[in-house]
Amino acid sequence: MKKSYKIDVDCAACAEKMEDAAKKTEGVKDCTVSFMTLKMKVEFEDGADASEVMQNVRTNCKKVEDDCEVFI
Amino acid sequence: MNKKQKNLLIRIIIAAVFFVPLYLISEGIVETGLPKIAVFAMFLIPYLLVGHDILRKAFLGIKNKQVFDESFLMTIATVGAIVLGEYGEGVAVMLLYQVGELFQSYAVGKSRKNISELMDIRPDYANIEEDGEIKKVDPDEVEVGSIIVVQPGEKVPLDGVIVEGSSALNTSALTGESKPREVAADDEILSGSINMSGVLRVRTTTEFDESTASKILDLVENAASRKSKSENFISKFAKYYTPLVCYAALALALIPPIFCMATGFGMGSTYATVGALWGDWVLRACTFLVISCPCAVVISIPLSFFAGIGGASNQGILVKGSNYLETLSEVRVIAFDKTGTITNGNFVVTDVHHSPIDEKKLQEYAALAECHSSHPISRSLQTAYGKKIDPSRVTDVEEISGHGIIARVDGVKVAVGNEKLMAHIGVESRPCHHVGTIIHVAVDGGYSGHIVISDELKENSKEAMSELKKAGVRKTVMLTGDAERVANKVAEQVGITDYRAELLPSDKVDCVEELLKECSGNERMAFVGDGINDAPVLSRADIGIAMGALGSDAAIEAADIVLMDDDPLKIAKAIKISRKCLGIVKQNIAFALGVKILCLLLAAIGIANMWIAIIADVGVMILAVLNAIRCLFVKNL
Repeated sequence: MKKSYKIDVDCAACAEKMEDAAKKTEGVKDCTVSFMTLKMKVEFEDGADASEVMQNVRTNCKKVEDDCEVFI
Repeated sequence: MNKKQKNLLIRIIIAAVFFVPLYLISEGIVETGLPKIAVFAMFLIPYLLVGHDILRKAFLGIKNKQVFDESFLMTIATVGAIVLGEYGEGVAVMLLYQVGELFQSYAVGKSRKNISELMDIRPDYANIEEDGEIKKVDPDEVEVGSIIVVQPGEKVPLDGVIVEGSSALNTSALTGESKPREVAADDEILSGSINMSGVLRVRTTTEFDESTASKILDLVENAASRKSKSENFISKFAKYYTPLVCYAALALALIPPIFCMATGFGMGSTYATVGALWGDWVLRACTFLVISCPCAVVISIPLSFFAGIGGASNQGILVKGSNYLETLSEVRVIAFDKTGTITNGNFVVTDVHHSPIDEKKLQEYAALAECHSSHPISRSLQTAYGKKIDPSRVTDVEEISGHGIIARVDGVKVAVGNEKLMAHIGVESRPCHHVGTIIHVAVDGGYSGHIVISDELKENSKEAMSELKKAGVRKTVMLTGDAERVANKVAEQVGITDYRAELLPSDKVDCVEELLKECSGNERMAFVGDGINDAPVLSRADIGIAMGALGSDAAIEAADIVLMDDDPLKIAKAIKISRKCLGIVKQNIAFALGVKILCLLLAAIGIANMWIAIIADVGVMILAVLNAIRCLFVKNL
């Protein structure tokens, strides 16, 4: 399952960090963050609960880049 | 500017107002007699005002084990400079760094906005008719088969068929074509086009999510998530680069002074005291850190691709990802499908030969005799005649399968068909040296010439081939299922370098494989088709280009680049756009890294000071961003 989320972040390098953080989150199979379109595309593992996983993705992103937001 | 940017701008202005007199004081240009500690305290005001968020980010970074980033570089460098007593330089670096950040965020925001304006095809509402009253609703809520009303000046919200009314549609946002399209009842119209003149009543055929406008927007918005090699290279590069320069700076701060102290080299002469020795090298290390900030490259490359994709969409060229733009720029071999790509794919009367009677009259006879048939050939005869056909003038119609038709038109016996039909009725036909389908006509038992029907070349096919050659494509190959003679003629007419004729659909894939093998090194191969029956070939080539694909889901799915209208000139344009974009990316990488490396060397040997460092950093970034934005301007390529 793939879903796309709006994000807010200030710099390209920070977007990269968010991508890495999201990829490492449990339940996330793959993730791409586009700084230019401010979108995060997440592919979930089979059977993962998207909204639950996304809460963790947001927490992990905030950890690496305090000044970011993922709109779930 | 958004709130964050305004906030930063105000902070920069206030800090600058504080900074200038303080700098004059600290440099001794203005004499005040203030103690050094007082000057230091005063310098902290602009420093903290403009840089507190950077300090905070650097601190949080360390806390979260994400040490090496730009904030960290800037914090170490400026704190280092201030500790060494270079207050002015330390604050100036922070101030100018923030100016650079502000510019970058403004430029990115602005180009985001520009691109979304270029692609402004998202309809805001639909007018639905209920009990004779017009109601504005969200296009999302309109069910398939509803009747909607589109007023002049409004965007068509959903795909549909016109029930009533006629108008001119501006489809430039969809196709890049600036000429308005005339539409009337029973015509299909696509969402995202703008109604220019008359009121239209439209029966919708899709839901909003499935409409052309939604699909295109989805495509463009997702394009940036397929990253190019250059982008991946830079993000990997940044991952190793920043820690690397940090350690290099550390080495620069430690090794030379330790070496000098151990060997006594330069002690007492170049450096009066041990403190001066350390101060000099630590400051050099700080300068080194300022220069090494990678932001110019990191921001300008995705920005270039994004702007390039945006500019291309505005021209009716949808690129599905930055990686495809990159590959497209390396295309040297292109294979074309014939029908629908080089030719229009509709058969028209191109010639009338050997007619003893008036050509118009001959066509009239032929069209009338064939008036009951719906065969494509009959239809093209009817279209060529151009006038309304009165079937009552035609009697005694006899269709001979595989031969043609014999009928009485206005009482005159007319036979229309191939050579076999002529032989069948005992009339000697004259063969034709032209390529195409030949329709012989006999009127009243005597041979009356033949009509040549062939597929028309597209208006721009020839020009497109020469443009492609100019753009550096060395080989163009036409793949067709059509007869050798037809293929040869078309190839000659448009100036295509090679052709393969009489191919079955599966042979096309083999041809593409063969061409792929021929490509050497960095050469890439593209296939252009109209999306009908060539999905496997589209996906096998390095780059699949589908043209005239509006409304064909299979083609949009299989292709990497979608041309919204069917103008073959757009292929050359797409290649030119990709070349320009990649050129700018390379310029930016070379320019930014070149300046950085030069300044790093100058800093290491102590020639470049902090001022040069920060101006090089921010200046390179501004120039690189401005250069990247040029990718957006592709209209006149």
